[in-house]
Amino acid sequence: MTTNTNTTETKTHAVNLKSLGREQRSNVLKNETTCISTDNLNLFYAEKQALQNVNLSIPEKKVSAFIGPSGCGKSTLLRCFNRMNDLVDGCRIEGKINIDGSNIYEKNVDVSELRRRVGMVFQKPNPFPKTIYENVAYGLRLQGVKSRRVLDEVVEKSLRGAALWDEVKDRLHESALGMSGGQQQRLVIARAIAIEPEVLLLDEPASALDPISTLKIEELISELKDRYTIVIVTHNMQQAARVSDYTAFMYMGEMIEFDNTDKIFTNPSKKQTEDYITGRYG
Amino acid sequence: MDKSKIGHHISQQFNSELEEIRTLVLSMGGLVEEQIRNATQALVEGNVELGEAVISRDVKVNKAEVNIDEECTHIIARRQPAATDLRLVIAVIKTITDLERIGDQAERVARMGIRLAEVDRPKNNYHEIQNMGDHVAKMVHGALDAFARMDVESAIEVSKRDNQVDQEYDGLMRQCLTFMMEDPRKITQMLDIMWAARAIERIGDHAKNICEYVIYLVKGKDVRHITIEQIEDELSR
Repeated sequence: MTTNTNTTETKTHAVNLKSLGREQRSNVLKNETTCISTDNLNLFYAEKQALQNVNLSIPEKKVSAFIGPSGCGKSTLLRCFNRMNDLVDGCRIEGKINIDGSNIYEKNVDVSELRRRVGMVFQKPNPFPKTIYENVAYGLRLQGVKSRRVLDEVVEKSLRGAALWDEVKDRLHESALGMSGGQQQRLVIARAIAIEPEVLLLDEPASALDPISTLKIEELISELKDRYTIVIVTHNMQQAARVSDYTAFMYMGEMIEFDNTDKIFTNPSKKQTEDYITGRYG
Repeated sequence: MDKSKIGHHISQQFNSELEEIRTLVLSMGGLVEEQIRNATQALVEGNVELGEAVISRDVKVNKAEVNIDEECTHIIARRQPAATDLRLVIAVIKTITDLERIGDQAERVARMGIRLAEVDRPKNNYHEIQNMGDHVAKMVHGALDAFARMDVESAIEVSKRDNQVDQEYDGLMRQCLTFMMEDPRKITQMLDIMWAARAIERIGDHAKNICEYVIYLVKGKDVRHITIEQIEDELSR
């Protein structure tokens, strides 16, 4: 962060601009607490390097969006945050990823505990072939919760949290597979938040949905950010502009620019970002 | 951003839409510039016919504003422009508002010209009005040129010239007041001259506004309501 580099020389001037409501916004994350930070992160799929020296701080309880062309590494980076890449053969990671200050790639890290803290939702809704109720209660049952009362409570709270309760409260014990795509996606989010994660990773959560369902998911995201740190990967730039507080532009495995969403979409600093969001060939 | 970057969108259609609004602004600007020159000339020469022509042509300026506004609305609705494209559309919308107002001021000068044509002409033949009129017409031309070339340097240079217009205006005001005190029968005539001068002075302000939009368009920095020194300081960072 470059918080203190030019304060003295611009002070007199800053007062003037501030009175116009036009504070300098260049100090990204100045007042934010960092939740996830990466430190010289490199990732290889066998010989091919997919992430190049990524240094990034993701603020707590904000929505950060990753945008970039296909194959730029945004999903790969997202998957690093709950070690989903561990499941990929030949995947190798260098560098550090800290969540709340501790490196999640340490040897003694319990991966299933990590994935409880860092929930993930994918492009295609993937409810289990069970009832709506059981889908949401699944994580708790895994943790050994048996009390009917606790389960009922958490299911209702999570479904309300995912803005789904009113639509499904009369059919909790019907199969989740009978729901619409948009409802299924919100069910998956309810399932993710039932176990009280700190971070929610959303990988193209609305790209398989119709516009109205998409809006509902976006609305949900802005409601959830009071409680969770949210990171979303999206191909839809307008969606990133609508839902996120911060936007990261990635290209060929590199983090090109990370800044306030307002700044990225009105006056990005890097030409590559500019070319991408305005739809120019670079 | 520089001028060459208007193009190069993957969508050729989008390229031509943006190019289209730019061209429309420049041709509206050309029309407005001509209105200023004609209005000043009508006043200085006491040419009633020319003055009336200016008044009736203001309709064209208004139509151009409405038309460009509509084009911009379409672009926003259909393309959701971002970054420089967004700033271009915003700058265009703001620029044409100022151009339209310049058109109104030119019309006002023409009206005063028609009224002043009925009374005796001063010895120096409205020399000061002629000067101010030339000056602001050049400013508008310079502002549009800066817009066309997306040239921040010349936008700043044109902005600076507004001070001179203000000084000329103050000088003229003092002169008019002196005349009014010397000969109260001239008060009506002097008031008309003051109105015309005021309108011309406002044109200079609008030209300066357009320069500020050019800076916003190119640099993404909002430089309204601050001094030229602050603008230069802001841009050097």
